[in-house]
Amino acid sequence: MAIIEVNDLNLYYGNFQALRGVNLSIEEKKITALIGPSGCGKSTLLRTFNRMNDLIEEVVITGKVIIDEVDIYHPKTNLIKLRKKVGMVFQRPNPFPFSIFENIVFGIRIHHVHPEDGFEHVVETCLKEVLLWDELKDKLHTSALKLSLEQQQRLCIARLLPLKPEILLMDEPCSALDPVSTQRIEELMQGLKRDYTIVIVTHNMQQAARISEETGFMLLGELIEFRDTATMFTRPKDKRTQDYITGRFG
Amino acid sequence: MKSIDPRISQKIAFSLLFLATLFVLVPVGLIVLVIIKNGLGAITWEFLTTAPRNGMREGGILPAIVGTSCLVVGAMSVAIPLGVLSAIYLNEYARKNFLTRVIKLAIINLAGIPSVVYGLFGMGLFVIFLKFGASILAGALTLAIMNLPVIITATREALAGVPQSFREVSLSLGASKWQTIRHVVLPNAIPGILTGIILEISRAAGETAPILFTVAAFYLPGLPTSVFDQVMALPMHLYAISTQIPNIGLDVRYATALVLLGLVFGVNSIATIIRAKLRRKKAW
Repeated sequence: MAIIEVNDLNLYYGNFQALRGVNLSIEEKKITALIGPSGCGKSTLLRTFNRMNDLIEEVVITGKVIIDEVDIYHPKTNLIKLRKKVGMVFQRPNPFPFSIFENIVFGIRIHHVHPEDGFEHVVETCLKEVLLWDELKDKLHTSALKLSLEQQQRLCIARLLPLKPEILLMDEPCSALDPVSTQRIEELMQGLKRDYTIVIVTHNMQQAARISEETGFMLLGELIEFRDTATMFTRPKDKRTQDYITGRFG
Repeated sequence: MKSIDPRISQKIAFSLLFLATLFVLVPVGLIVLVIIKNGLGAITWEFLTTAPRNGMREGGILPAIVGTSCLVVGAMSVAIPLGVLSAIYLNEYARKNFLTRVIKLAIINLAGIPSVVYGLFGMGLFVIFLKFGASILAGALTLAIMNLPVIITATREALAGVPQSFREVSLSLGASKWQTIRHVVLPNAIPGILTGIILEISRAAGETAPILFTVAAFYLPGLPTSVFDQVMALPMHLYAISTQIPNIGLDVRYATALVLLGLVFGVNSIATIIRAKLRRKKAW
């Protein structure tokens, strides 16, 4: 079942058109990868799913993005609800300069959720989900900035989970990590897709091929091709996709 | 052209920079030393806790200490909230356009206005037009207005120094803009804001011109009972005993200067310790 539907989406930064007539439908509880050369609009597309582009002045958007059958660009959209449902992991691990504990409960604190089993239980569950509990259970109150980059990125994923999101957007989540850490984050994503829909932007084609079920290839703001990953990397329909994945440009 | 050996140019550069620092430090150190050396002997319990007597030649300076303390507390309790809130508005909410740039420039220029102009403005607005008379209220408000530009500018700089990514993450977790400011941006900006506040406490305590027309009394041995009372103030008192009263001991003048210095130093130390504590927590 499709959880995200994109209909004829155009996005302009002032005079520059960053997305051109994108149509797309993303399946629930799968990993969908968006690939393409730098500046092709893949991060911009990802950021339309939780309306992070709204932060930039002079952005104009036409078309529709429908998540769970709700048009999220409707003027009455509740942005707070949307962003609880659609969490985001950024390119550089960006924990707050607070303790590990406070990082994880930040979301539920600002939404005034009082968990029945207490904050400690939430922290434990979320750290277990990202496989950090055993490493960190004894230093929950130390600064999150003291962790390794990989641990920080896992923590950033864990920080989303108390809000019970349905969709996790990941914007090149491994580009600041070494290959071993990258592999472990990829394994984590494989585990998370049982419960969450994951959309990942990556400049690393091998990563897309390894972890995703479906892949979209973007070029100059257009979604050139979108299909299941296996077919995409073996028998792409479009000449440009073929040129890109065989390394002729990009 | 023959170029200089980089090892020599390095030595020259180092010497120049070191000398420049020395030239800055030596006068400051001398001033403090001279004041301590000449004034420390005259500081007694009586000097700190009684009113002046015998045409201010004898007795203490308690009314001036109390007066200056009232003015600093009054000025800060107006300038800090107003300055910090408006800086938050300008940095976080106002659109980045021509108008906000003009406002920013105007605020920076306000910081450069001579303090006597603030004094005249305060007299015109608070003492005469709003009929507060020469009073703690008028003096503190005048000092507050003088303090605002620096507090606003320092706060803006501190807010701008908080990485944009913190704001992004917070918003992406569904926090509102105000929650983001309150829980993420402000806690990380407080050390920078305190720097501005520290600077302005010293100015509020030390400036003479703004209080000259708005609050300071030449001789008023009693302590104030309401915000509409006039008070003595340390800088004004120092000016008075140094220039207006013959046959007064040199040590009394130096002691008064030392008390003023000590007061400013004490308040600043507290703020500096708080700032150091907060800074240790952040490390991005």
